[in-house]
Amino acid sequence: MSAETGILSFGAYLPRHRLQRSAIHAANGWFAAGLKGLAQGERATANWDEDALTMAVEAARDTLKGIDRAGLGSLSLASTSLPFVDRLNSGVIKEALTLADATGAFDVTGGQRVATSALIQALAAAAGGARPHLALASEMRLSRPASEAEMNHGDAAAGLLVGQGDLVARFLGSHSTTVDFVDHFRMSGQDFDYTWESRWIRDEGYTGLIGGALKEAFAHLGVAGESIDRFIVPITARGVAEGLARRAGVKPEAVADRLAGSVGDTGVAHPFLLFAAALEQAQAGETIALIGFGQGVDVLLFEATGRALAPRRGVTGSLARGVPTDNYMRWLFHRGNLKLDRGMRAEFDQKQPGTTLWRQRKAVLGLVGGRCTMTGTVQFPKSVISVNPNDHAAHTQEDYPLAERKATILTYTADSLTYSPAPPSFYGMIDFEGGGRLMAEFTDADADDVDVGREVEMMFRIKGVDEMRDFTKYFWKAVPVR
Amino acid sequence: MASGIKDKVAILGMGCAKFGERWDMDADGLMVEAYEEAIADAGIDTSQIDAAWLGVAFDAVNVGPSGIPLATALRLNNCGVTKVENYCASGTESFRGAVYAVASGAADIALALGVEKLKDTGYGGLPVRTRGTTFDMIGVTGSAPGNFAQLASAYRQQHGVSKDDLKRAMAHVSVKSHANGVKNPKAHLRKAVDMDTVLNAPMIAEPLGLFDCCGVSDGAACAIVTTPQIARSLGKRDLVTVKALQIATSNGWELQQGGGWNGSYFHTTRVAAEKAYREAGITDPRRQISLTEVHDCFSITELVTMEDLYLSKEGEGWKDVLDGMFDADGEVPCQIDGGLKCFGHPIGASGLRMIYENYLQLLGRAGERQRQTPPSLALSHNLGGMPSQNVSAVAIVGLADA
Repeated sequence: MSAETGILSFGAYLPRHRLQRSAIHAANGWFAAGLKGLAQGERATANWDEDALTMAVEAARDTLKGIDRAGLGSLSLASTSLPFVDRLNSGVIKEALTLADATGAFDVTGGQRVATSALIQALAAAAGGARPHLALASEMRLSRPASEAEMNHGDAAAGLLVGQGDLVARFLGSHSTTVDFVDHFRMSGQDFDYTWESRWIRDEGYTGLIGGALKEAFAHLGVAGESIDRFIVPITARGVAEGLARRAGVKPEAVADRLAGSVGDTGVAHPFLLFAAALEQAQAGETIALIGFGQGVDVLLFEATGRALAPRRGVTGSLARGVPTDNYMRWLFHRGNLKLDRGMRAEFDQKQPGTTLWRQRKAVLGLVGGRCTMTGTVQFPKSVISVNPNDHAAHTQEDYPLAERKATILTYTADSLTYSPAPPSFYGMIDFEGGGRLMAEFTDADADDVDVGREVEMMFRIKGVDEMRDFTKYFWKAVPVR
Repeated sequence: MASGIKDKVAILGMGCAKFGERWDMDADGLMVEAYEEAIADAGIDTSQIDAAWLGVAFDAVNVGPSGIPLATALRLNNCGVTKVENYCASGTESFRGAVYAVASGAADIALALGVEKLKDTGYGGLPVRTRGTTFDMIGVTGSAPGNFAQLASAYRQQHGVSKDDLKRAMAHVSVKSHANGVKNPKAHLRKAVDMDTVLNAPMIAEPLGLFDCCGVSDGAACAIVTTPQIARSLGKRDLVTVKALQIATSNGWELQQGGGWNGSYFHTTRVAAEKAYREAGITDPRRQISLTEVHDCFSITELVTMEDLYLSKEGEGWKDVLDGMFDADGEVPCQIDGGLKCFGHPIGASGLRMIYENYLQLLGRAGERQRQTPPSLALSHNLGGMPSQNVSAVAIVGLADA
């Protein structure tokens, strides 16, 4: 028998702000009284400089903690909210992670269960001996103001490293069905979902399709419902997971928390996010059932090994990182649902030449600087002649990635004059541990938590948007270490 | 080191337009306004100008490219006109071109003119602009106050100065310049302010409030230079000559070398000041310099610059400021004309405006704001860029026999 296949590592990322659903209701209740029943808890909301791609980078970095990136064979990004329709989003992630050019990458999109489907394919490839695959799922869906989706959805990303070797979860098998059940849809180029009646989705979709697939899967894989220890149903609608468990003979205590009250339904990312949460808790020998739903069903079974991974943020750390906010208006603005008067300073042309981004892709997307092989001087960006005033050595620099290094604030300001979608704009000079410095924008920063000497870490974010030609520019920003 | 240009070039005439929100004029009108005063002061004819330099920083919202706008506005005699741009030091850069032309013997009479038309952008502060294709991908497009405000954070840290003490010292800088601007008919802002107004003003970029920031103005300033011999032959008696002219340019050390520059001072200003003092033969600047015009784009810039010009000890500039050392009646007055803060800051013109004031002060022609102790050596400091990456220009002019 060949080596066992499964999950080698996992990671997660939740954006920091948790919009209180009561604030959404407070703004919209006059119009949509029915929202009151949903106005409990909070939802994860991405900052203005985040999207499905940037969140996926953070989930990937978390997943790869303690892992040698050189061993990766390929990566994929699953989402229905990718920033680019035609530019490989996972290719940007490859650059951000400074993976070797000889790495495969593909985007997976088109429905809510594409992450679990990609995972099944990756597991099959791993069983065939493929090098480890980094499967990422990320979602930042837009929703119409005063819609149920606005209340129920959340933004998140999660990652799974798939392969053979030291597993945290052994793959036991899977079962898939495909049925064109249109509970909701979104045509290309459209911002918002159109959703059919929830009662029909519950009866025919959740109970009928998922329930049926579970029965087939358990029979096909030869397991009984009561043997499932962690039952992951990524459906946040109240009672759905419990009802499915009851009908499938799964113990009530096995039903995994859907994070409905603390994060929201994170779409394509949700199965991975809940799976990562389960893996953080799972003891050796536990059986985990993971479900993906969308125009059919994926059912995957795993057995936890109890293997401990290098410390990471994970789901627990991501939840702890959250800060509550009632600022519904800011969120509407950041998602383009509210057109504020941004002033003339926002008119700055952000045109990105393709040629310069290509030449500087390592520096811009990977935060790769240079290190002088003669003096050891580290600098960003790399240059032919070293910045070291005592030895301007020429042609001596090697690539030196800075993104994973912590840094310290040397100078800073909170700028209320320059245009920022989240004023004031915090920025300043930071010195990296081990050398190198950068004049950096700070993000996810609080006014009372930025000072000279404050430790920061780097995160991959949106730098700006060329609104004339519709192009998002990415770079790295400093975030206070929390 | 090169022998320098001390006393090789004399100022034949200078002029300066009224700075401010000149809704009435395009850049060419401002150029002519400054030029008419300068050419009358010089007592020559346009046809005698052998070469000209035009300093402009934001040409895209102003005169457009090349030296042609200057040649056209002044109807120069088809002489060579070079347009220079070196951030906010463009004015002194244009002066350097003209002075070097005369010092080299390539020109008998040369003209430097700086102009900026900033009030056609539609908003306050400097225009937002690209700083090159690589910078636009990895740099911070902050505002000018945001860039300079960072000095304060590092200065406090380096010298153990409290937020309140530094804020008060910065406020004193602005209160002093406003008091001086009142006496200057060409100044953009001519209204005195008190400490409380400055301290309680809206925050622009932490810790710089509204009154810690200089005005953004339209304006132009002009110098006509020649050799001392030609100046005398044209009937000039009280000559103001160039004693030193130095420009230092960042090479990326401040911005890029981790653990190097600490963010609290201007490396380039120290380099330029040391070279300029050597060129001018100045050994004790605090005693020998009669007055200064420095690049007070922000109050913190002026405060730190007092140290970088070696007028204050490092870390003690804030105390000297509060003690009134740089007030109009202090030991070494700074911005006796109101400075960038109140005279105004039409970028390309500012370096020449500083030299203009020093020239007037040296000749006793500064009217109500004339320094009582007759000055003999006056320093101007014109800075472009931001603390982490900049061009620092120091020009010292003085009486020919000083």
